[in-house]
Amino acid sequence: MSIKRAVSSLPSLAAGMVLAVAASLSLSGCGQKTETGDGSQIVRIGSVAPLTGPQTHIGKDNENGARLAVDEINAQGLELGGRKVKLELLGEDDQAEPKTATIVAQKLVDAGVVAVIGHLNSGTTIPASKIYFDAGIPQISPSATAVAYTAQGYKTAYRVMANDAQQGKALGQYAVGKLGAKKIAIIDDRTAYGQGLADEFEAAAKAAGGEVLAREFTNDKATDFTAILTSIKGKDPDLVFFGGMDPQGGPMTQQMKRLGLRAQLLGGDGLQNINYLKLAGVDAEGVIASSPGLPIDAMPGGAEFRKKFEAKYGAIQVYAPYAYDAVYALVEAMKRAGTVEPVKVLAELPKTDMQGVTGPVKFDAKGDTTGGAVTLYKAVGGAWQVLETVK
Amino acid sequence: MDIFTQQLINGLVLGSIYALVALGYTMVYGILELINFAHGEVTMIGAMVALSVIGLLMGAAPDLPGLMVVLAGVLVAIPACMLLAFAIEKMAYRPLRKAPRLAPLITAIGVSIILQNAAMLIWGRQYVSFPRILPEARHELFGAHITDLQIAIVALSLLIMAGLWLLVQKTRLGRAMRATAQSKEVAALMGVNVDRVISATFVIGAALAAVAGVLVSAYYGLAHYYMGFLLGLKAFSAAVLGGIGNIAGAMLGGLLLGVIEALGAGYIGDLTGGFLGSHYQDVFAFFVLILVLVLRPSGLLGERVASRA
Repeated sequence: MSIKRAVSSLPSLAAGMVLAVAASLSLSGCGQKTETGDGSQIVRIGSVAPLTGPQTHIGKDNENGARLAVDEINAQGLELGGRKVKLELLGEDDQAEPKTATIVAQKLVDAGVVAVIGHLNSGTTIPASKIYFDAGIPQISPSATAVAYTAQGYKTAYRVMANDAQQGKALGQYAVGKLGAKKIAIIDDRTAYGQGLADEFEAAAKAAGGEVLAREFTNDKATDFTAILTSIKGKDPDLVFFGGMDPQGGPMTQQMKRLGLRAQLLGGDGLQNINYLKLAGVDAEGVIASSPGLPIDAMPGGAEFRKKFEAKYGAIQVYAPYAYDAVYALVEAMKRAGTVEPVKVLAELPKTDMQGVTGPVKFDAKGDTTGGAVTLYKAVGGAWQVLETVK
Repeated sequence: MDIFTQQLINGLVLGSIYALVALGYTMVYGILELINFAHGEVTMIGAMVALSVIGLLMGAAPDLPGLMVVLAGVLVAIPACMLLAFAIEKMAYRPLRKAPRLAPLITAIGVSIILQNAAMLIWGRQYVSFPRILPEARHELFGAHITDLQIAIVALSLLIMAGLWLLVQKTRLGRAMRATAQSKEVAALMGVNVDRVISATFVIGAALAAVAGVLVSAYYGLAHYYMGFLLGLKAFSAAVLGGIGNIAGAMLGGLLLGVIEALGAGYIGDLTGGFLGSHYQDVFAFFVLILVLVLRPSGLLGERVASRA
């Protein structure tokens, strides 16, 4: 926490100097852009997400969303400042590991990418954002929702999805206000995402008058939660909130039923996907989870995106439409700048005002999206049903 | 009080799974003094093969009772894992039997990475869910809940351990194994086919791993190409805790590790007033392991170290 504060309170002069140095560095990096036979310039964009490990399916989903956009843009033909440009997406695997994320980020910077779409997890996005900031290249995360990401004061950090403050607040108010939960237990997976969301939830639930009986922890590789769930059962809460992802949420849901917990399970966007429903099976019935943004069918371009995506890659997991919008927001900024030069693209990004498939894409001064709707879903009969959308 | 009972049950079930996998580590170590790091992955392959068979059967004959479908899965997974372990031993370990001890250890890690990636290519990167077809009636036991599956896991591991003990102590093959463990050279002079005994050890361990793999994935409702890694690590720790090379030790170590984890994670938060939380679950288990290694390096029941000249 103190690091975060220290970074955000950096004198703007110093920050400006760093940006200037970074800009000159990235200019020298332009030499690495190659040309194709027909004279068009090849421009590399990085995409980072876990492509191995438990969250692979979501990571691949992000990359596919970005790839769909890149392929479309290339097919239409992109011209910047009178020069033909061909985009090349470099997909990298950060294994959802913060330390791998920084290595991969450096690798992309060294490979001369002009921008990065990613990373998937907050825990990886935050450490990597320092590297992109130092290199002076824009980073747009489709799915990192931790508040800390854009609170660091980096002018290179953007996201196209509502953050955890918005989501956690909506969940906490919903739990106490709508579900009438008085006694609440909270579990998080100790990742920047899970912990951040759980913290925001806890604050909102307490503010709304809920009592937090227990705060338990697990990690993002675990499958056995019987010990913490039994301990929670002893306190008999009305509601259990889980800040984490589906590979843990699935077995956790089954184990709750097996142990005879009566509490309602509530989760964030880590649970609100089809894979969670598969993993939790019949026990998912009645579980409530939220997701930033609108339900895919309520998105302005949702139906069309689904058709295009499923024809190429199969079912959408979660964030693919956001990765897709992130690429378009970036390319729109490149068009306005008339170049791929990161400094000029960065100057154009704050002016973004486009209609994406997920809704309007606009950034505030920190790089957060101004849209920021949160939708609550309930698992009914093996599918997610929309409960309500909170703005 | 029922919370404590429940934590004990949680721990015993978890521990039984560790124990089943630990048996495979301990048998190979007992004979070859090799830590077969690929064993966790063999467990994973067992679960994956069984799940494929279960998926096929459920598609072809949806009316079959769940228990039979899972049994069919296990019956295919066992020979598949046995074959795999036979091949691993022959290709990755046998050529290195006379090499320094570090060499086969490194190959073991290599094999484990190969298996993980092969599984990722074959079954994909997603978590595969285990269909809910096993009877899951819940019983009350001293105020705690226990399901059929949990009872089956504990009972099966006890049975398998007893069977293994009988095999090692009472059969010809078992005697050959014990002889090979003491000295490969002398055993060979006495007419024991050492290569065949070592193969048999790997193959038996793999059969147990296949059963364990299916039980784990049924219990947690999922399987994944990555699942063997942490499971293998914990099981290996269990084997060391009980005394590696010692079959009863593997069982005891597994159960203890499971119970320590469950009780540790369940009570640490409340006992320390929230200062230490349940994220110390793994730390707790490994801390006990370190303690045992420092105070009693041969493990609780004693390592089975062949006396060497």
